Amino acid sequence: MLSNELKQQVQYVDVLVIGAGPAGMAAAIAAREAGVENLLVLEREEHMGGILRQCIHNGFGLHRFKEELTGPEYAQRDIDKVQELGIEVRCGTTVLSVDEHRFVTAISKEKGVQLFEAGAVVLAMGCRERPRGALGTPGSRCAGVYSAGTAQKFVNLEGYMPGKRVVILGSGDIGLIMARRMTLQGAKVLACVEIMPYSGGLNRNIVQCLEDYDIPLLLSHTVVDIEGKDRLSGITIAEVDEKRNPIPGTEQHFDCDTLLLSVGLIPENELTQQAGVELSPATQGAVVDDNLQTSKEGIFACGNVLHVHDLVDFVSAESFRAGKAAAAYVQGKKRQGRFVEMKDGNGVRGVVPQRLMIPEGETEPVQVMFRPAAVYENATVVLTAGGKEIMRQRKRIFTPGEMAELTLKPEAIRQIESDTVTVDILA
Amino acid sequence: MERQITCINCPVGCRLQVTIENGQVTRVEGHGCKRGETYAHQECIAPARMVTAAVPVADRNIPVSVKTRTPIPKEKIFACMKQLAVLSLKAPVYMGDVVLSDVCDTGVDVIATKTVE
Repeated sequence: MLSNELKQQVQYVDVLVIGAGPAGMAAAIAAREAGVENLLVLEREEHMGGILRQCIHNGFGLHRFKEELTGPEYAQRDIDKVQELGIEVRCGTTVLSVDEHRFVTAISKEKGVQLFEAGAVVLAMGCRERPRGALGTPGSRCAGVYSAGTAQKFVNLEGYMPGKRVVILGSGDIGLIMARRMTLQGAKVLACVEIMPYSGGLNRNIVQCLEDYDIPLLLSHTVVDIEGKDRLSGITIAEVDEKRNPIPGTEQHFDCDTLLLSVGLIPENELTQQAGVELSPATQGAVVDDNLQTSKEGIFACGNVLHVHDLVDFVSAESFRAGKAAAAYVQGKKRQGRFVEMKDGNGVRGVVPQRLMIPEGETEPVQVMFRPAAVYENATVVLTAGGKEIMRQRKRIFTPGEMAELTLKPEAIRQIESDTVTVDILA
Repeated sequence: MERQITCINCPVGCRLQVTIENGQVTRVEGHGCKRGETYAHQECIAPARMVTAAVPVADRNIPVSVKTRTPIPKEKIFACMKQLAVLSLKAPVYMGDVVLSDVCDTGVDVIATKTVE
């Protein structure tokens, strides 16, 4: 319980957005445009823009703006809009806790501890990189092992090169982007090593970041030893079998001073858990309905904290919907209807949303996203409700590196009579 | 000649089958949109890339990010980076400012993609 003194310090906010990356900015813009005046965005960093600030390469915005922008340029468009709309953003402010009653505590150097009570909360905290410790790679604890995003920050935001001879473990997009960046800025990238039999990165990045510079992509390989006393001096890699165990006799050694890890991203959900929000083991983000509302009423989630996206354009689109839904919630526009569960079927991982409302009145189209569990060529995604097929869509290729997206049309939604809808990929 | 390339215009990454006869692209298959067809012609005849980089700014702790305004010939990427490496920029640099004009005789300007004040 709060003392009376503390109670007086509590600021009421209609919609409180946590994070001012692309997700938080889009959610805030949508909420303001839907008529929410009392709106506040809290950002841990000193600047708005999130991870886009360090993504200086091009390729952002093709879907949303129909042009190819760099990360800082994409972010600036939202920053300009946030400022034009007069949305209050407190940078340098870290949220310490969120509870299920949407009571939020935050702290900053200027204002100290701040207490909020929010009509709706939008969680937009993004994700972080899987660290070395999560891999269990043996070897020395020398300097020279960085996550790819850390190296990206050094090079692009701070102007330091982390090394000269580089091996990259993992072929996630940040790793691929950093293979090219390190090469362009004068380093030698010896190889990109991927434990899976396919790359986790986008095709365009494999073409433009590896093939363009003749950097070998070694699939079904991993690092088995890290050598070096103070600084990394070399690594050993080996081929792996189907169970991802190294095959003896296939070892190769590289002399290098730097190892970059691009081995996956994890939604940053500590605050979400504090609020008692149900999480999905498949996405490691919140379980949400088609309005991006979590299991706790009035708490919404969007962007990489919900599920790790490949494209910022889709983050923005999703977050606009979350911001709009949060606005509708505080404005008392309640939806009536019944919920059905969306379930991962064959070849499908992490369907979002996990809950779908079949509304009593007008039915809107719903965006459904998921990650294919493996590579499927010329396959069909089929949605089934109680044994009845409600939708199918054929695609030339499904790969785990590219999030699949489909639009569930109102006429399909109205056909659902069962309690669950299963999404399957049929080869 | 048949060539298999991956379209890079968008993250869908369409796999294109390109037929090249006498230095001309005569057939493209597998593209999901018109950009793929254009890309196949360009990639097989005159490949080009956008170049982005981080360039130091004198008396500032942070570099400014830059890009070529349009793609430049692929074989000029490293020459472009070399010119950018010896560039000496002074603050303030504003987003959209030309930091280097006509890089490597490509007719393409290099512009700032952020503001460093």
